Amino acid sequence: MTGAADATFPQLLAGLARRHPGRVALREKRYGIWQPLTWAEHERRVRRFALGLAALGFHRGEVLAILGDNRPEWVIAELAAQALGGASVGLYPDGVVDEVHHVVDHARVRFIVAEDQEQVDKLIALREAGRLATVEHIVFYDPHGLEHYELDVLLEFTAVEELGDRLEQERPGWLDEQIALGSSGDTAVLCTTSGTTGKPKLAMLSHANLLSMASSLMALDPIDPKDEFVSFLPLAWIGEQMIALACALQTGFALSFPESAATMRSDLREIGPRVMFSPPRIWESLLSSVQVRLSDSGRLKRAVFALGYAIGERAADRRLRGKRTGVFLGLGYLLADWAALRPVRNQLGLVRLRRAYTGGAPLGPDVFRFFHAVGVNLKQIYGQTEICGIAVMHRDGDIRFNTVGLAIPGTELRIVDRGEIVLRSPAVFSGFYRNEEATAESLRDGWLYTGDAGHLDEDGHLVVIDRARDVMEAEDGSLFSPAFIENKLKFSQYVQEAVVFGGGAHPYVTAMISIDMETVGTWAEREHISYTTYTDLAQKPEVYELIGHATARANEDLPEGARIRRFVLLHKQLDADDDELTRTRKVRRRTINERYGRIVEALYADTDVVTVTSLVSYQDGTQAQREISLRIQSPDGVAPERPRRRPQLAGAGGRG
Amino acid sequence: MSRAYHHELNGSSLERGSLQLDVEGVSLRFRGVQALRGVGVQVRQGDVHAIIGPNGAGKTSLINCVSGLYRPQNGAIRLHDGGVHELTRARPSKIARWGVARSFQNIELFRHMTVLDNLLLGRHVHMRHNVASALAYFGPARRQEIAERELVEEVIDFLELQAERKRQVGTLSYGLQKRVELGRALCMQPAVLLLDEPMAGMNAEEKEDMARYVLDVNELVGVTVVLIEHDMGVVMDISHRLTVLDFGLVIAEGTPAEVAANPAVIEAYLGEAA
Repeated sequence: MTGAADATFPQLLAGLARRHPGRVALREKRYGIWQPLTWAEHERRVRRFALGLAALGFHRGEVLAILGDNRPEWVIAELAAQALGGASVGLYPDGVVDEVHHVVDHARVRFIVAEDQEQVDKLIALREAGRLATVEHIVFYDPHGLEHYELDVLLEFTAVEELGDRLEQERPGWLDEQIALGSSGDTAVLCTTSGTTGKPKLAMLSHANLLSMASSLMALDPIDPKDEFVSFLPLAWIGEQMIALACALQTGFALSFPESAATMRSDLREIGPRVMFSPPRIWESLLSSVQVRLSDSGRLKRAVFALGYAIGERAADRRLRGKRTGVFLGLGYLLADWAALRPVRNQLGLVRLRRAYTGGAPLGPDVFRFFHAVGVNLKQIYGQTEICGIAVMHRDGDIRFNTVGLAIPGTELRIVDRGEIVLRSPAVFSGFYRNEEATAESLRDGWLYTGDAGHLDEDGHLVVIDRARDVMEAEDGSLFSPAFIENKLKFSQYVQEAVVFGGGAHPYVTAMISIDMETVGTWAEREHISYTTYTDLAQKPEVYELIGHATARANEDLPEGARIRRFVLLHKQLDADDDELTRTRKVRRRTINERYGRIVEALYADTDVVTVTSLVSYQDGTQAQREISLRIQSPDGVAPERPRRRPQLAGAGGRG
Repeated sequence: MSRAYHHELNGSSLERGSLQLDVEGVSLRFRGVQALRGVGVQVRQGDVHAIIGPNGAGKTSLINCVSGLYRPQNGAIRLHDGGVHELTRARPSKIARWGVARSFQNIELFRHMTVLDNLLLGRHVHMRHNVASALAYFGPARRQEIAERELVEEVIDFLELQAERKRQVGTLSYGLQKRVELGRALCMQPAVLLLDEPMAGMNAEEKEDMARYVLDVNELVGVTVVLIEHDMGVVMDISHRLTVLDFGLVIAEGTPAEVAANPAVIEAYLGEAA
């Protein structure tokens, strides 16, 4: 595909519509049926909507905000804005009003495309509070419930398309000129950085940035036009932009949008994607769904799986080091795959998967091991939004769980002072939107300063330790990464989130853990432990014991200085709505340190109980302050969860 | 290309606010038990009209009279939609065809059929083709089946039942089954929807969900709802008008505020509940 890097997204779209008018571009499950949209129809809708936007006064260089779940209209709106020489900025659909306000205000957005009543209500609330001063048009595409809204700013998507039809008749050929005017250096999207460090910043990514990243990725791992991709992660996320737009427009494979969040799993299975890119939480939740179902299955099934898994693990070990499996193991693997591993992949909807990627945050080695053992070619991608999401990646046949692999073609990588990773490639962004200070900080002489600490191992594979600021020094002087320990903890199916403290003034390492309501709840039912609420369940002595085992197991693999000495089970789940996690589910350390300061103090004090006040919201909207006592425990002397890493056995069998 | 629904689920052609269902002097007796004594209720098009009262007050009996399961000894029940229909002498199937749909206190769904099939069954009153062509799935029968499915899918979308579409009703949670029952009634494109304790036995969260759906059915679709409910909080929140029954007699009638202030009601019902 020559010349792709010199094009813009709308120019590529026009090419695809010309070359493959009848091939499926987008597919959405609606009313229980997968409804296709061909490249020609897709382009037609983009053109109509673009003309409609132009009729409303959208001009070159302007930013269109899009707020909603993944639907064809999301992609159409983005491409329409780009056809007019504008850019799009995606907003996370579950974002609270403050986040929406920050982005809209900062990017001086005049046009917002919102999905449905829920999102429109959010915008109206902001508008009534006088906080959406710049917004002139709110375009919605799901009209249910909006029939009786009478606001001048509100417009239905189809109405904008009709405006477009009229403009086309008045000025035929005008849009083609606009599309031709576009240059690859134009900003295509503003992407919000995940903002573990405060308010999200808006990275300006050009068509050339995104397309060069996509071609480097596909130079290593080609994606076929016949491949399938299910788009279910927020399109505001760089990872989704990368595959669903940059790669798809260069290759011409089809995107499928699931019917609803609740049907995502079964829709995934129906499509059988050939390529997948998801953050760790998706892989973790897939793993825990396997663990839960295994623990509910019969003895025979568990035994068959345990055997198959053992063979799969051994075969994977050889495969990952680029070695061939011998005849004996090869035959065994065929059998294991048929009897045990393929059925698991099938249940997860991963049977046709050729390559899977994880990125956005580190994935625990044990989760990695599991997917390779069951035959999923899962690879780590390392990269920031500022470099279009990918700079370093595992290669097929050379995958090590503790590294993130080698730089992709066209990317230079250096380690500078204090182990900071810096990167340079054609995909490096041009700066943060209206934020020179932050730009100057991360962009120096064309190099992207990532703020991550890491080193290269003897074969040149990059090992990422953590955010440079977060790396901690243990009492004995060794460096360790809290994220690494947290991932160790999170491998237990019972642990949903963990925040590790230590280093600096703290003499030892402690952890604050929030349990996984679903798995711990199921476990409690099996053990005949009655409970009422999350808080109640989390404070059961039996649950403390259970998590104690998990903590002890995590400790086994850690150096002496980095072992967890004390832990506390939190009375609530960490929540992005409470600002404790980012929308991509990374822990916001600063917020947590502020909010749970008392608990952290207690973890290092000579006490076994800490009292916190918590604001409880009842169903009827009333709120009350409640005092809750949390116990602090030590995992010392507790038997580890399992002597060896055997995820398929965790939760299986009885507990002694 | 618009995502708006193509099918009107509200089966009524009346103006909002005009008299839809008129119950006049209805008395019902089971041997020695006088279940209803000269009950009169006027339900206006577009309202959520709640019927409340202590246990044994005759609420369900009244609804059963309207849907034709019971034949009252005295009085008249008239549906004003599409001409005046006298319901007291009509068969239940006829009443359903005139546009009265209902749900039951104890879920009456086909447990071994899927959600989809149960909902399609709600379309039965509108199906016109004969048995032979339906069996062969041919010609007009096939076209109609596709059209019916389209409407059912809009109901599934409306009540957010996508994930349960192909599941057997018997395997669903109680709250979901209640929602399916509401969906089946809605599939009939009713003029009046009778809901017999749609929130009974639910936890707070399920109740809130259900109240939301009932409100959506009323506000967005425009269907008139007659609701029997025990949870006073819910009733006061979502209904436009209330009729209070006690021992088969209407003791009060009016808006939620009026009823809540009525001393007779407080004594008969609210008093013991509070």
